[in-house]
Amino acid sequence: MIASLMLLPVVAAILVFFIKRQSWSKRILVSTSVIHLTLVLVSWNKPSPAIFNGWFAIDKVGLLFLTIVSILFLTASIYSLGYLVRSTEPRAGKSDSAFVACLLLFLATMTMVTACQQFELLWVAIEATTLASAPLIYFHRNQHSLEATWKYLIICSVSIALALLGNFFLSISISSLPGVASVSSDSLSGHGSMVLSELLKRVPALESSQIVWLRTSFVFLFVGYGTKMGLAPLHTWLPDAHSEAPSLVSSLLSGASLNCAFLGILRAFQVCGAAHQAQFAQTILVSFGLFSLAFAAVFIVRQNDFKRLLAYSSVEHMGLLSIGVGLGGTGVFASMFHAVNHSLTKAMLFLLAGNLLHVYGSKSIQLVRGAFKVVPYTALLWFLGLFAISGLPPFGTFVSEFLLLKTAFDQGRYFVAAAILFFLAVVFVGMASAFLKIVMGPAPEQISVKHSKSAEHLFLIVPPVLLIIPTLVFGIYIPPFLKQALETVARLFGGI
Amino acid sequence: MVSVNEGLLVGLVLTNLFYLATGRLGTYVKLFIVQTLLVSFFGLVVNQGYLSTRVIILSVIGLVIKAFVFPALLTKSIRTAKLKREIQPLVGFGTSLFIGILMFGLSSWLGSRMPMPVEASSRLVVPVVFFTVFTGLFLIISRSKAITEVISYLVLENGIYLFGISFVKEAPMLAELGVLLDVTVAIFVMGIVIRHLRTEFESLDVNKLSTLKDWGV
Amino acid sequence: MIFSMNIGFFGNFSSVLQVTLALVFAPLLFGVINKTKAFFGGRKGFPLLQTYFDLAKLVRKGAVYSKTTSWVFRAGPVVSLAVVLMALFFVPMGGSRSVVAFEGDFLFLAYCLGVMRFFIVIAALDTGSSFEGMGASREVQFSALAEPALLIALAALAKNAGSLSLAVTYSGINFSSWLGSGIVLGLISAAIFIVLLTENARIPVDDPNTHLELTMIHEVMVLDHSGPDFAAILYGSVLKLWVFGSLFVGILLPVKSASPVLNTLVFMTGMFGLAVLIGVIESVMARMRLTYVPRFLLGATAFAVIALILVLR
Repeated sequence: MIASLMLLPVVAAILVFFIKRQSWSKRILVSTSVIHLTLVLVSWNKPSPAIFNGWFAIDKVGLLFLTIVSILFLTASIYSLGYLVRSTEPRAGKSDSAFVACLLLFLATMTMVTACQQFELLWVAIEATTLASAPLIYFHRNQHSLEATWKYLIICSVSIALALLGNFFLSISISSLPGVASVSSDSLSGHGSMVLSELLKRVPALESSQIVWLRTSFVFLFVGYGTKMGLAPLHTWLPDAHSEAPSLVSSLLSGASLNCAFLGILRAFQVCGAAHQAQFAQTILVSFGLFSLAFAAVFIVRQNDFKRLLAYSSVEHMGLLSIGVGLGGTGVFASMFHAVNHSLTKAMLFLLAGNLLHVYGSKSIQLVRGAFKVVPYTALLWFLGLFAISGLPPFGTFVSEFLLLKTAFDQGRYFVAAAILFFLAVVFVGMASAFLKIVMGPAPEQISVKHSKSAEHLFLIVPPVLLIIPTLVFGIYIPPFLKQALETVARLFGGI
Repeated sequence: MVSVNEGLLVGLVLTNLFYLATGRLGTYVKLFIVQTLLVSFFGLVVNQGYLSTRVIILSVIGLVIKAFVFPALLTKSIRTAKLKREIQPLVGFGTSLFIGILMFGLSSWLGSRMPMPVEASSRLVVPVVFFTVFTGLFLIISRSKAITEVISYLVLENGIYLFGISFVKEAPMLAELGVLLDVTVAIFVMGIVIRHLRTEFESLDVNKLSTLKDWGV
Repeated sequence: MIFSMNIGFFGNFSSVLQVTLALVFAPLLFGVINKTKAFFGGRKGFPLLQTYFDLAKLVRKGAVYSKTTSWVFRAGPVVSLAVVLMALFFVPMGGSRSVVAFEGDFLFLAYCLGVMRFFIVIAALDTGSSFEGMGASREVQFSALAEPALLIALAALAKNAGSLSLAVTYSGINFSSWLGSGIVLGLISAAIFIVLLTENARIPVDDPNTHLELTMIHEVMVLDHSGPDFAAILYGSVLKLWVFGSLFVGILLPVKSASPVLNTLVFMTGMFGLAVLIGVIESVMARMRLTYVPRFLLGATAFAVIALILVLR
């Protein structure tokens, strides 16, 4: 099952690359995503066995993130049916097939990240997501996207290199343990195993000289994967990359790949927790989370480009995720729930942003006005999206953010709670003014009605609707399977 | 006996300092070849006791790719770009060299603070690894040509590779392969992007890549 | 620490002999350098003993003093010669101990050289001419960068030998210490060599033969001295070269046999070999651009710092 989940998109990518006809590419893309999601949903009921000596296994965390990835990919692929059709730039069918192939490879690599239990393989998978997504950002082939791609490549490659160093330090820290080494030594690497479950067994017995290495390794892993996750001050590639990429790619980047990077940090956090270093790790998580929140808040106010606005909002929410795990207890539950809600909402917003960009031809908030009159469905969803992303009821984000704050108060960390409230308020002010400016007011004269009709193609509206419904539902009622999954996950990271 | 290990490591430190002091792109490529050779020899010398086929194969493959393929690609890139020097780095060369000396001191101090639970081949390995990593990071930040950024990334990877082969008993094979794979693919992808950079921007000056801003239209 | 003066007069015969040899043979160094350069240039060059003839000629002449100068100008050459003569007593030469030694005398040596440089510089500034000022500022800038290199290199050497006295340090170096800590000694000797080239105004830092005033550094500072003053400066500079040379040769050729005659012979060969080496460098390389010299000197400092860190671990 796991193998098929990972190999399916790869096979599809190869097919797409060789069959250059556009119609076939799109069919393969959509069918792959449907099959992928079906397989994932089946795994909820029938957990798939581990393969490769335990190197690949889908535990509850992985399953949760994998489901998010799969859902987002499905909506993105349905959206692409409308997107690639109406793309006005004259483009040979060839580059479209490369685009679809890279998308499928992106899906494959993200699936691999969620299924990896071995640290080095996890590293390879996350690096693979960087390399698979770089061509996607460069789709528009202009100066801006080139600049964004370059920054993305350099910054993410450097950070992944640092994460590799973190992996090496981790293997040093578990290395000279007596006795246990013979039990779980890995035949392939000839040394202590780096599989998560084995690590969790060995790590409680570490001596203090090894703890130094473990801590250093966590710092390096955190910096490396945290850059990819978008935590400040390492997030500088994020606004450029997420705003210059085509919107469906942005939705995947913000909604899925940031979560995958977070998974890397979570695995390292699990190991630290088992080694009684949880507090050390939690301090780092909370401080970087608060810093990201602050940074994002400053840059959201008076932001003029609405896709950059959404990108900074991703930074903010990643900060919240980090704080949640850093607080521990119910905070972890809140964080995981928030990951689900945020991904769904952000993906929807990016897809809508794509619609707006196509109709208005500009990303500037000053120029995009009166959306209710021009693209009514998009504007309505955009308006609801404001509520969702800011954490207002009745959306799910309200519940998760509220739970996060409650944890902070319960733990007596009033400074953290006050900071969160303050920055969330600032963010709300910034986003509300931007969002409302877009939807209200008179429409500018240059927009033709015919143009706007084609912009509301069914394929471009249905996916966002599909995404907002769960978010709305989760605000009122958390289905039991989800609640159970979240609780299991939270327990893994020192939660309830 | 004069320690060959220490000699190789000191040679590595000197190449790093040289990187910081010079501005010629051709010199960068030559220094990279020297660094790769030093790191590979160090790997062979350090693992003399247990030269398994795996270590030998990895070292040879790494050597071939990094000492022949990459320099060829880089030189071709430099020649097509008609670029010879770093004209205006963010931090001047003399200052970079001075900062390099400070970084070496810092890495030695850091290295002395990390207790070694395993047998290290030389007390210098961890400081030199840190120093190479810092040099790579500093070069990426302070130099302004895209090709130099790629070379600095390679320096960073060299440092990490050095750490990997010094502790090959403990370090995972997959990660060594991963380093190689990572560097190879990254080089190719970056090479392609550099080609596009040159056509789009007509210059390889990374400081010009600042059109995406947060404020202003 | 270093100020517990333990002045021991190890003035045995060998050390005093070394000083005498230095006084007698130092001017020969310039002759050897020049002969080497002439050899590379296919010329005959001036005779080996030319520097002696120059000194004799200068002493017999009268001095001309500009009206803008003061006592500083007259004092400069005298003080500098006196100081370098004093420095000779502290440097271990020819495999023997130095005449005078105490803990931390390497700092004293560096400062002797500093005082010498200082007096030449202020004498140059005293003339009120902007040319000398230009030379003085360049010289001081380069020396400011070279001094840390020298101090750190000597400190590393001292730490390696476990003593802060030059005499003890140098007598402790022999060929087996090269086997044991060869890298450190190699780095230190490289650093000292670069400082030697800088302080003695040799290529690639300064060209002693240049007649273009805008490219002079050391030459221009002593432009206004004449007669016995210039003789003092000339003699002082050969002695300074001898001092640095012995520091360098002492590490490179640490022959410590039982017979002092053999040691002295090897040492002399080393010194003149060094002169040949300098001549070769001067013939083969051109002077560096002035803006590259700080980097070059920082490189020397880097060598010294690496050596120090290696020794400290």
